[in-house]
Amino acid sequence: MTSGGVLPLTTGERARGYLRAVGAVVWKDLAAELRSRELLSAMLVFALLVILIFNFALELDLATRQTVTSGVLWVTFAFAGTLGLNRSMAVERDRGCLDGLLLAPVDRSALYFGKSIGNLAFMLIVEAIVLPAYSILYNVNLFRPGLVVVVMLGSIGYAAVGTLLASMAVQARTRDVLLPILLFPVVLPVLISAVKATNAVLLGLEAAELWPWLNLLIAYDVIFTAVAFMLFDFVVEE
Amino acid sequence: MQPIPRALKVLTWVSAGLFAAALLMTLFYAPREAVMGDVQRVFYFHVASGWVGGLAFLVAAGAGVIYLLRGSRRWDAVGLASVEIGLAFTLANLISGSVWARPIWNTWWTWDPRLVTASVMELVYIAYLLLRQGLEDPDRRARFGAVYAIVGFLSVPLTFLSIRIFRTIHPVVVGNNDPTAQGAFDMTPPMLQTFLFSLFVFTVVYIALLWHRVRMQALAEAVEQRKMKLLSA
Repeated sequence: MTSGGVLPLTTGERARGYLRAVGAVVWKDLAAELRSRELLSAMLVFALLVILIFNFALELDLATRQTVTSGVLWVTFAFAGTLGLNRSMAVERDRGCLDGLLLAPVDRSALYFGKSIGNLAFMLIVEAIVLPAYSILYNVNLFRPGLVVVVMLGSIGYAAVGTLLASMAVQARTRDVLLPILLFPVVLPVLISAVKATNAVLLGLEAAELWPWLNLLIAYDVIFTAVAFMLFDFVVEE
Repeated sequence: MQPIPRALKVLTWVSAGLFAAALLMTLFYAPREAVMGDVQRVFYFHVASGWVGGLAFLVAAGAGVIYLLRGSRRWDAVGLASVEIGLAFTLANLISGSVWARPIWNTWWTWDPRLVTASVMELVYIAYLLLRQGLEDPDRRARFGAVYAIVGFLSVPLTFLSIRIFRTIHPVVVGNNDPTAQGAFDMTPPMLQTFLFSLFVFTVVYIALLWHRVRMQALAEAVEQRKMKLLSA
């Protein structure tokens, strides 16, 4: 922290200051979204459209639904997620907000955590609406506690890497097309294990089938949150 | 223009000679595999190019770390060079694998962990090149390249693991073998010698190529600087 007070700060005060900075960034994003509703509405409509397209592309009849629900859900989340990530970083860039944020006397990693928690919140909101909608439309019961854990872990990994890569992508000349190309090959382990874990939950398989995937998701989340935390400085550096 | 360093000249000729020797060894010294026949000879260069692909991406990630710590453009050139070479060798690995798989597995392609991981790796580093292409400022290009090389390299083992949890049919020739793998074989001593020699030769070829490519990058930057000087004069 660069806030140069006269008195040296204790560790507790520093931690509180850091958390306040993270909270401020998250709050800024949520408040802006609450007023404009640009991002969430776009993500939501897009997600529902993807599900609609899948319905006709895959002929989601009763037998097929059993096996493809988890895949359809995660493809929908991943596509809607890129939309949200791109937009959330693009607004920072377009109006020079990022420069303002960088001038703030807080650690750069606080910005990273703030942005990724904001992105995670948007993803979770979209998921919280898409899952019941899917349940009703296709008469599949998706209200299972296990599913909440899987969706949470998958979204954390996705937002952790997505925030880092989106902040690079929006600075490129080809920013409209770059993010999915950068993100999808790197986030593939998350998608694979989230699809498999969701499938295990929905089919009611035993815990032994589920745990390898959950472990992988947790490992991914931890590794990539740590890596993104360390690398974010280099991405926003001017 | 700077002349090619003497050591690089020597290395180039040595690696060309070694490559010819490795080719002769795989074709004539290594015995014909009893079950699979001549198509098994693909194996020596297949594994060697896969090894160089992995090594090259490891070097790119390492160069990325050093670049971010030191900020010297030289390491960015090493990273870019390594990624380009790695892409070429991984592609060679994929294609030679397909050539072998057609008669042995009766298909060009299967969604086995190694095949998927190799192709995802190829896609990650194509994305790396696309990212660099979209950035004009050389400093930012180098920084973002380094960051993506590190992130991409860390995700590859996890991709492998995530697919590995399914059963695999790819033979494991080195180390203990899974009995369900199709197209596995035991190596006789001449086969092992050819195999290890190929690995060594490909590594030498990689180093020679890397050196040439880094040198080329330095020349390209020198040309760019002269151009700027001419235009501003």
